[in-house]
Amino acid sequence: MTVMEQRDTYRPAPPPAWQPRTDPAPLLPDAEPYRVLGTPAADEAAAADPGLLRRLYAEVVRGRRYNAQATALTKQGRLAVYPSSTGQEACEVAAAMVLADQDWLFPSYRDTLAVVGRGVDPVEALTLLRGDRHTGYDPYAHRVAPLSTPLATQLPHAVGLAHAARLKGDDVVALAMIGDGGTSEGDFHEALNFAAVWRAPVVFLVQNNGFAISVPLAKQSAAPSLAHKAVGYGIPGRLVDGNDAVAVHQVLSEAVRHAREGNGPVLVEAITYRLDAHTNADDATRYRESSEVDAWRDHDPVLLLERELTARGVLDEDAIGAVREDAEAMAADLRARMNQDPEIDPMELFAHVYAEPTPQLLEQQAMLRAELEAEAHPQQEGTAR
Amino acid sequence: MTTGTSLGTAVDSAVAVQQTAMAQALNRALRDSMAEDPSVHVLGEDVGTLGGVFRITDGLAAEFGDHRCTDTPLAEAGILGTAVGMAMYGLRPVVEMQFDAFAYPAFEQLISHVAKMRNRTRGAMPLPITVRVPYGGGIGGVEHHSDSSEAYYMATPGLHVVTPATVADAYGMLRQAIASDDPVVFLEPKRLYWGKDAWDPQDPAPVEPIGKAVVRRTGRSATLITYGPSLPVCLEAAEAARAEGWDLGVVDLRSLVPFDDETVCAEVRRTGRAVVVHESGGFGGPGGEIAARITERCFHHLEAPVLRVAGFDIPYPPPMAERHHLPGVDRILDAVGRLQWEAGD
Repeated sequence: MTVMEQRDTYRPAPPPAWQPRTDPAPLLPDAEPYRVLGTPAADEAAAADPGLLRRLYAEVVRGRRYNAQATALTKQGRLAVYPSSTGQEACEVAAAMVLADQDWLFPSYRDTLAVVGRGVDPVEALTLLRGDRHTGYDPYAHRVAPLSTPLATQLPHAVGLAHAARLKGDDVVALAMIGDGGTSEGDFHEALNFAAVWRAPVVFLVQNNGFAISVPLAKQSAAPSLAHKAVGYGIPGRLVDGNDAVAVHQVLSEAVRHAREGNGPVLVEAITYRLDAHTNADDATRYRESSEVDAWRDHDPVLLLERELTARGVLDEDAIGAVREDAEAMAADLRARMNQDPEIDPMELFAHVYAEPTPQLLEQQAMLRAELEAEAHPQQEGTAR
Repeated sequence: MTTGTSLGTAVDSAVAVQQTAMAQALNRALRDSMAEDPSVHVLGEDVGTLGGVFRITDGLAAEFGDHRCTDTPLAEAGILGTAVGMAMYGLRPVVEMQFDAFAYPAFEQLISHVAKMRNRTRGAMPLPITVRVPYGGGIGGVEHHSDSSEAYYMATPGLHVVTPATVADAYGMLRQAIASDDPVVFLEPKRLYWGKDAWDPQDPAPVEPIGKAVVRRTGRSATLITYGPSLPVCLEAAEAARAEGWDLGVVDLRSLVPFDDETVCAEVRRTGRAVVVHESGGFGGPGGEIAARITERCFHHLEAPVLRVAGFDIPYPPPMAERHHLPGVDRILDAVGRLQWEAGD
């Protein structure tokens, strides 16, 4: 047959077979954020483990008090700055509670509450923000990475650590925390991609609190939700009401289990709201209406849990009183210890730049020592020259 | 591409020592480090199956497995960022940045975490990471493949910044870098990769530790101070200078951080004249720091200002014009000629 004769029967050869490499359907987040409080799921939760609900309540109340105390300390000049997580306590508390002892937490600068939840001393958790030292705690003591100020940069660390643990055959999950603004950073993308390719046991928790300092989410992302971003990496995305402590606890527990069982990472977006300004140095009235804040005050994580648990009889007035008393005692201790002046040893500035100081640092150290000696004995300064 | 210049060890024994390329010595260093220490992991782009675009990681994945020599997704911040996490968990990652200019996406991780983690955690969390960066020009690379990025790294406290110029140093210094508990930016002069030298992989010659400069040639008239890709050029210049009646010494810095003031100043005090030579641009480049250090320490020994022969302060030129940019023998000798010679010097 000639080409002309073939033309009615000619079909182009199909390209090599193509199909999606992963079925996207099971990775998609639910249409609505998952909720427990005020839904039938609350019956089940209350019946299954009322003790857990009481613990969650005690922790969010302590968390709220901690935020208030730390903010007060900024006004008294005892903290250089405090990025409050008021309104986000359910996420902070649950993130710490769902981890096993050997697991690791990778907090951002707004996550001191989660750090304290891991067992870090509340004063040591604030050392960075007091300004006497960079990181007040030993990361290995409670398996908590230093609070990370550069946005999203701690996420690849979580991936590398979880990957390394898996290579060594250790049962370790890393939970990395980030805000909505941070999801625009390249490191967010790279961390999720590496974790997915390596099937690293990492849970990424995005607290979508509505604002990156002043910039609302609409100017940050055009994604259907931040949880939907997971699908692009071939990992599951989950959407949860971040002010529903029980729901956050359940979703994060499930994500940690998923990761621990070798199924790879999970991205969780918790919808919450930053009730306070970005930090004590910020003025939130410049970029949002008080009516918006008031609406979220009605959906407050502490109130939501208190109402639900009281209505169910899981909490009574005595129990609430005891929890508040405990939170006050924690705040009093924090206040008392933060009111002591930290001791600064200027010579320590050179101590941990390298394993061994370079000759250049030794020279500079000697210069500072001489300056300190001159400061201590000002009357000798003239004769020394 | 410049062919290698034989440096250091002269073969005067009857048994001919094997000729080895710097690339092979680097490969050997990685292999020996991985064999010796199971916590050493290599990661980067194309480092596994391909063995790296320069073949420095050739055979490592086959010998140690993909989990020890890992092809990562193509994202430098992710590579270095995950290496940070691996180091936090007790591994000793060796990261390959494919080319000098491709390392820039990893800058934030390098500056904000790799360099600072020990300090931020008051010594609790050191990061023993080696960042290998093929750097410099002279290989006919198109744009973004020939940068001299050392000044950026030098300006960051917490990093060691080293660069070998000989085959023996390539092996010895990479072993030292991997064994170091501090992060090391290991700059590999890519135009010296295939230069060969007498070097026995079965019996690697010991080398000076990181932080020490080495006098490659002693001279009486003036001292050339250099490192990495410019060392062979300086040695050639020193040889050519004999015809002009100059006896030039050559110091190979090897380590930019820590800096060996002692060796450099001892040489300059002897000769009284110094020229710093590097490919990196002169303005804000390493030579300014080195000249200042020499002036501060050796002022009364100096017969002339310390001069710099550097790359021009321009974006790295296209390959067909790069020879005009790179410091060459003539430009070095011109600088030596400007060292205020007087009759009798």
